[in-house]
Amino acid sequence: MKKTEMTAMARVLTAIGHQEADRIPFFLLLTMHGAGFLDMSIREYFSKAENVARGQLFMRARYGHDCIYAFFYAAIEIQAWGGEIIWSDSGPPNAGEPFLRNAENIRSLSPPKVRETDCLCRVLQAIAILKEQCKDEVPIIGVVMSPFSLPVMQMGFDRYIELIYEQPELFRHLMKINEAFCTDWANAQVAAGAAAICYFDPVSSASIIPPAMYAGTGFEIAQRTLARIKAPTASHMASGRCLPIVHQIAQTGTALVGVSTQEDLAEFKKLCAGKICLFGNLNGIEMQRWTQKDAETKVKEAIAAAGQGGGFILSDNHGEIPWQVSDETLMHISEAVRTWGRYPLIWTKHDT
Amino acid sequence: MKKYSEILEQALLSLDRTGAWEVLEENAKDHPAIRVIEQILVPAMERIGEGWEQGRIALSQVYMSGRICEELADRLLPAEAAERKNRPRMAICVLEDYHLLGKRIVYAALRAAAYELKDYGRVTADELLSLVREDCIEILLISVLMLPSALQVKKVTEKFREKGMNIRVIVGGAPFLFDRELWKTVGADAMGKNAGDALQLISEMRGNMTGDAP
Repeated sequence: MKKTEMTAMARVLTAIGHQEADRIPFFLLLTMHGAGFLDMSIREYFSKAENVARGQLFMRARYGHDCIYAFFYAAIEIQAWGGEIIWSDSGPPNAGEPFLRNAENIRSLSPPKVRETDCLCRVLQAIAILKEQCKDEVPIIGVVMSPFSLPVMQMGFDRYIELIYEQPELFRHLMKINEAFCTDWANAQVAAGAAAICYFDPVSSASIIPPAMYAGTGFEIAQRTLARIKAPTASHMASGRCLPIVHQIAQTGTALVGVSTQEDLAEFKKLCAGKICLFGNLNGIEMQRWTQKDAETKVKEAIAAAGQGGGFILSDNHGEIPWQVSDETLMHISEAVRTWGRYPLIWTKHDT
Repeated sequence: MKKYSEILEQALLSLDRTGAWEVLEENAKDHPAIRVIEQILVPAMERIGEGWEQGRIALSQVYMSGRICEELADRLLPAEAAERKNRPRMAICVLEDYHLLGKRIVYAALRAAAYELKDYGRVTADELLSLVREDCIEILLISVLMLPSALQVKKVTEKFREKGMNIRVIVGGAPFLFDRELWKTVGADAMGKNAGDALQLISEMRGNMTGDAP
């Protein structure tokens, strides 16, 4: 029997509750694309909260996905700390040269005040506009970089790895500072209207640090930080592998975990069914050259692997769909979810 | 030497600098340094690279072990040593963005394998063209993290072709790992999946270059 059409919020909450909604919820984690629809440069688009709010509303109306993504760009946090960012016409702005030129600078570091920082206030304003428009029909997702992953941009990846291995005291000091900032930043977004916070933590992934090291670093940091965030969280490894640590991730108190396209979604589902909701794992990089058939095939494969019984939200695997992915492809993905994502997923038993 | 290479690999993954040096030093008593590097150190680095690609080893271990390897290879075979490989002329760079880790890993692996190469750091496509021409580079390694930077490689390879410059381009980095066809789209000659892979590709290219057998 066909289920009654749910609101996006009800659909997502049902999936997170490990039940089958009317259909598979899907998140198109779109950021820059709004600039294209408003016919402006990426830089101009992100210069005003109103642009981003308009862009997000337009894209949700067009593709019908189940979230509003209040993420501007990853380097915004570096901008907030006084770091340089480099704008691009064809991608998100990139963090410039790391502002912590040597590890000793950590000792005198203090975090920015969220409500006194222009770029962060723009995000809060965008969330507030979106909340006013959407009420509780669709979840607005705020975003933070984890305290453990932010230093890649603060001090450079190589120096940060050296810090973790060779200067544990300074590393702990940096984490304390970053945890305070991350919590304030997340809670400000929640206060502005975000229903959930996506906690980007690629350094915790097994692609970046050994699982044994995660236990004493990213895991403990996430436990402390997520406990202080006043909304549900989704942990995202931004394409990094996390199957070897997924049980620990579940113990951080997070409600969802993002799955890499390099991992077996069905295996994740077996391990996580009823415990933690999965989201992923469409390949955002390949997506730029997908045909309609590719989009349909990939959507079907993901749904067949993880859709049964709820506990799954379809999305890309990186948390930011590249600028190069066309409107046409996004429409194909959206159509494929509507065609193949309706519960009950009887077809998955016969045809994948 | 396979046994020693495996012992070295374990020492590197445990960040045991002393243990790693002892393996190399012990073998260098009976064999030329270049042979110790090529038959013990390089295979260890190649296995670590493969381990990362297969998800068994983390990037932080690859980076830290590469750094140790570079340092130990320098002790074993100093930069001015005649056995170090100065040909073909090679350079490595990061295109456009500030994500330098991949380049540092590959640079360390190549130096540890006794190759000498130029490190251009972070460059734009236009800067790269003049640097490569000035230094008569034959093999260029380009590391990227972001998709827009990966797509910039096409601009570089097209310019090389326009100017009739015969330069082999090896690309590496996340976008190429997530889309295994992308290196062809941007006109590269090869894609290195990890630092060990880059070593193998360079060895093959050296073999194919006239008058410069590996």
